[in-house]
Amino acid sequence: MLLKNSYLVFKKDLSSELRTRYVINSLLMFVLVTISIIRFAIGDEKADNEILTGLLWIAVFFTSVSGLSRTFVKEEEKETSVALKLSTGSDSVILGKLIFNMVLTFSLNALILFLFVIITDYQIKNLPGFLIVLVFGNLGLVSASTIIAAIISKANSKGTLYPVLSFPVLLPLLITVINATKLASLGVETDKLFGEIQILISYFIVVTVASLMLFKYVWED
Amino acid sequence: MKSIEIVCDNLSKIYSGKVIFKNLSLKLTTGNSISILGKNGSGKSTLIKILSGIISANKGSITVSEENIPVPANLCYSRIGLISPYLNLYDELTASENLRFFCGLRNDSEKVMDERIDYFLNRVRLFDKRNETVRNYSSGMKQKLKLIFAVINQPRILYMDEPSTNLDSEGIDIVYETAEEHKKNGILIVATNDKEDIKLCESSLNIEDYK
Repeated sequence: MLLKNSYLVFKKDLSSELRTRYVINSLLMFVLVTISIIRFAIGDEKADNEILTGLLWIAVFFTSVSGLSRTFVKEEEKETSVALKLSTGSDSVILGKLIFNMVLTFSLNALILFLFVIITDYQIKNLPGFLIVLVFGNLGLVSASTIIAAIISKANSKGTLYPVLSFPVLLPLLITVINATKLASLGVETDKLFGEIQILISYFIVVTVASLMLFKYVWED
Repeated sequence: MKSIEIVCDNLSKIYSGKVIFKNLSLKLTTGNSISILGKNGSGKSTLIKILSGIISANKGSITVSEENIPVPANLCYSRIGLISPYLNLYDELTASENLRFFCGLRNDSEKVMDERIDYFLNRVRLFDKRNETVRNYSSGMKQKLKLIFAVINQPRILYMDEPSTNLDSEGIDIVYETAEEHKKNGILIVATNDKEDIKLCESSLNIEDYK
């Protein structure tokens, strides 16, 4: 029942988004603009991997921050959340939205990474380790961003509140993931990244469990 | 069909220090209907939101029971139908997609779902427009679709907040017929100031008496 309803919420969000392309189009533009600015800033210089990793996560973080809040904000603004509340439990809603945000984030980040590698000549010496870090970093990012989106959807100043609220929550994740991504790109072996990967997995699990427990109270009042 | 009962005990709601209503108690059983009256901004919609579980009261309790056995709060939603101005369906989906989505969430089987959706769409004369996105609907058509959303899962308690808003005479007749049918086996609660809507109910409650 929980999984079926979560899937229905995810499917509804996906078909709504594919039909209106409101979030996808604005995020695609955001990605292109960010990547172009990075290209112009670097010019013909050969930037270090330390700097490039930071720039990569700036693009990833701000793309996520500008897009992930829409799923909940739209439900409140268009007053469709009441119909959803009367039809299914809060667990299905948060899980469905989480899956939708994951699909959105992973698709966009694949595009960001592809464009970033092409335009900056970013060298990834330990690709498997890099991808593991990127996957778990994104899972944590999506998980935290989704529950924050649910909280700010109830507030009046949604747009300004989102980055303010998300930054301190995401800071431990960002510090860890940027460091691990940098090490993987420099060729540090995956087993030596195990400490960082453990932190990323723990962050994802803790934030997801906390989201599932807290969302009921955010959603119902 | 099992008997149903809703009991509200000493409900109070306060918004930013302003008392919307206080110590409101109510008991309704199968076949009962009540209209909630009061001026604009007096708290009729707030009471409907509290009764339907969308928001909570500051004080007091609401108990829904079937055959005198309390229904757990998480299962109450399946017994409730609501038509109101602050409930919208998805604009970017078609009428069929909206109804299939909500019926799916309520765990209806595919066959039952299709039969009911077709029946209600025919009844409110929206069947021919079922594959158009709701964005292209007029406000009256949207109101009819909201009526289907409210009754499609055969709720035991039907809340109607300004049910005849935006409707033409044919639409109003459909709302009244649906309400009359519902009253036979359930509870009907209508928040309104419309004199015709009030006639749907056997009793009334003026929310301004609870300030």
